[in-house]
Amino acid sequence: MIHNMNELTQASEAAREQLRAYDCRILVCSGTGCIATGSNKIHEIFEQLVKNTPGVELVFSPCGGNHEEAAVGVKKTGCQGFCELGPLVRIQKGDKVIQYVKVQPEDCEEIIEKTVVRDEVITRLLYHKGYTAYVSPDEIPFIAKQTRIVLENCGKFDAESLDEYLAAGGFEALKKALSMSRDEVIDEVDKSGLRGRGGGGFPAGRKWKQVARQKETERFVVCNGDEGDPGAFMDGSVMEGDPFKLIEGMMIAGYAVRAENGYIYVRAEYPMSVARLWNAIHQLEERGLLGDNILGTDFSFHMHINKGAGAFVCGEGSALTASIEGNRGMPRTKPPRTVEKGLWEKPTVLNNVETYANVPKIILQGADWFRSIGTAGSPGCKTFSLTGAIENTGLIEVPMGTTLREIIFDIGGGLKNGAEFKAVQIGGPSGGCLTEKHLDEPLDFDSVKKFNAIVGSGGMVVMSTDTCMVEVARFFMSFTQRESCGKCTPCREGTKRMLEILERIVNGAGKLEDLDTLEELATMIQTMALCGLGKSAPLPVLSTLSTFRDEYITHIVDKKCPAKQCTALRHFSIIPVLCKGCSKCARNCPTHAITGVIGKHFVIDHEKCIKCGACIESCAFDAIYVDD
Amino acid sequence: MLDESYYRKTDEIISRYVRDARSLIPIMQDIQAEYRYLPPELLSYVAKQIGITEAKAYSVATFYENFSFEAKGKYVIKVCDGTACHVRHSTPVLKALRKELGLSDKQHTTEDMLFTVETVSCLGACGLAPAIMVNEQVHPAMTPEKATALIEELRRKG
Repeated sequence: MIHNMNELTQASEAAREQLRAYDCRILVCSGTGCIATGSNKIHEIFEQLVKNTPGVELVFSPCGGNHEEAAVGVKKTGCQGFCELGPLVRIQKGDKVIQYVKVQPEDCEEIIEKTVVRDEVITRLLYHKGYTAYVSPDEIPFIAKQTRIVLENCGKFDAESLDEYLAAGGFEALKKALSMSRDEVIDEVDKSGLRGRGGGGFPAGRKWKQVARQKETERFVVCNGDEGDPGAFMDGSVMEGDPFKLIEGMMIAGYAVRAENGYIYVRAEYPMSVARLWNAIHQLEERGLLGDNILGTDFSFHMHINKGAGAFVCGEGSALTASIEGNRGMPRTKPPRTVEKGLWEKPTVLNNVETYANVPKIILQGADWFRSIGTAGSPGCKTFSLTGAIENTGLIEVPMGTTLREIIFDIGGGLKNGAEFKAVQIGGPSGGCLTEKHLDEPLDFDSVKKFNAIVGSGGMVVMSTDTCMVEVARFFMSFTQRESCGKCTPCREGTKRMLEILERIVNGAGKLEDLDTLEELATMIQTMALCGLGKSAPLPVLSTLSTFRDEYITHIVDKKCPAKQCTALRHFSIIPVLCKGCSKCARNCPTHAITGVIGKHFVIDHEKCIKCGACIESCAFDAIYVDD
Repeated sequence: MLDESYYRKTDEIISRYVRDARSLIPIMQDIQAEYRYLPPELLSYVAKQIGITEAKAYSVATFYENFSFEAKGKYVIKVCDGTACHVRHSTPVLKALRKELGLSDKQHTTEDMLFTVETVSCLGACGLAPAIMVNEQVHPAMTPEKATALIEELRRKG
């Protein structure tokens, strides 16, 4: 049990001592991505191997024993960031860290023999780019070009161990906050200029101030971990990779606004985040860092977790609190705002995962330090999940104001297989597309808005010339239409009508006046919908319409899809010289559009063809091709 | 009528929570985790036990996509159709799974109650797109061929 500040200092010192006593640590990435590629198995194999290798010994707490053999720890860390190259493994000896990528079960023995026992680097398992092999993770351009505040611990230590968090300076910020007055804490956060990382960009300090001055004395701290934007996994990675930091941030908020209860709302698709957060909460309760009179002060704080149940709209503040209360997750009209009447009608601080995770470091290093990173209007860093048609997919964190070019080409390594860059979709279903001409614009909350997009929570999906922008707009509209809660008419009906038009266009039945109707509906929804989900739903359409209008017109007038992605606009033909006349395609065609004589080449009747592609799938000779 | 054991299990689940509206969602989640669906009889029972109206319980249960009044298969396969998976061609994977199992966008569960195929908006494994999740395990970088092979493997396991 940690009863007071002194005991916390002692516990952290003891934890550091433990860490130093390890001769070697094998850090196996246990983020969702690496587990999917088999990192749990790798962890298991390493534990077995270490147990059975003479000269090394598997230890869990190396201090206190007399070790004649090398003390080796096998640990599961949070996301190491390079998701595409998993399973990722780091071998740490003192300050030296070696990053291995794509580690397979059969590599483990070699790693123990060579790297752990004999200190040799296995070049084959290093990250390679061109002719260069990188040993330390910090040298890999993908990581070297990032600035990590929220993700600083992710991948470096055991996400399930409070001791490791303490050893890395965990809870120093809470200790410092508790020695400051509540107003001083709020002022520091306010001065730092930290803005809500969930997408809105509302200043966090101002929110806290508003809650602190309410008459009602029962208050709540709520964390939005309902990261629903398709293509975004930053918050999930923080909850998995550094759960203690998120909780520490929430505790500081709790202290500042005099709240005694904190709730984290995690989406149902993140079972691992839920497990790691529960584990963290249990350990903190056991050690007395959560509960009554924390560190011997009058501050008490209790944490609760609510699991989402599959409703995107619950990422909206008032819908989220309604869901925690056990109701349908539907937004309500504002005001009153959440700071006045939030959870159970009480004043509530509602921030997202990344926002809270920024707080400890702001308290420790001060507002000025935070302001020295990023841009004047948007200080600090932002995490992004970099996905789609890009070489290095993964989790990144860069200062606000970094340009798209740096993110996509320097960090992301450019497009996959040398494809040509077309656009990057940012901000998910509430965001828009940025193109070639935006590549050198610095990205922050305010600059991106000017281009009909939003920074949003940070999902970044890179698209090559193979992607059809009309189809992308249709895709997002079908998402928001499905996820519309149905409470307000503009969103419920408007998104449905917009989707119908978009479907018509990708099916080759669009009319030119559809584009005007789309714009009219979009403006109507934007101005009249009840909540943020509805208001931003038309953005993907508006943004693609303004940047890729030609593409819409080609679909409508020429009945062609330049990216050759829209099924209905494809044109199937059989290449006579390749066709063996086996009749397999004819037998598989659902509309009997293919005819011919066995042994001679077959023909497709375009009147009957529904462009389903069944013939291509069935042809063993690649004799069927698609043109636009 | 459900077997008595269902109600005993439900009592046990309810006992983990405070008896009021805020516990409705977690209780329904636990029941669904137990039986892979939410038997309507139990929902009415829970409503009574925690002191809310049946209508309210139904309004909440039907609002959230995760709750299902129909029994699901032993293996619930969630095919991610998030943006990253979509641009890396998740649709052919979904098609292959449905074709292999004789399912469609209307029928999600196989007659033998072994498989349920549904789509989700994002699994958060975008770095490994296209991804699918079988119960709680994520399978990365799927192709139609890998999907078919996975079904065969699961069928062998039974």
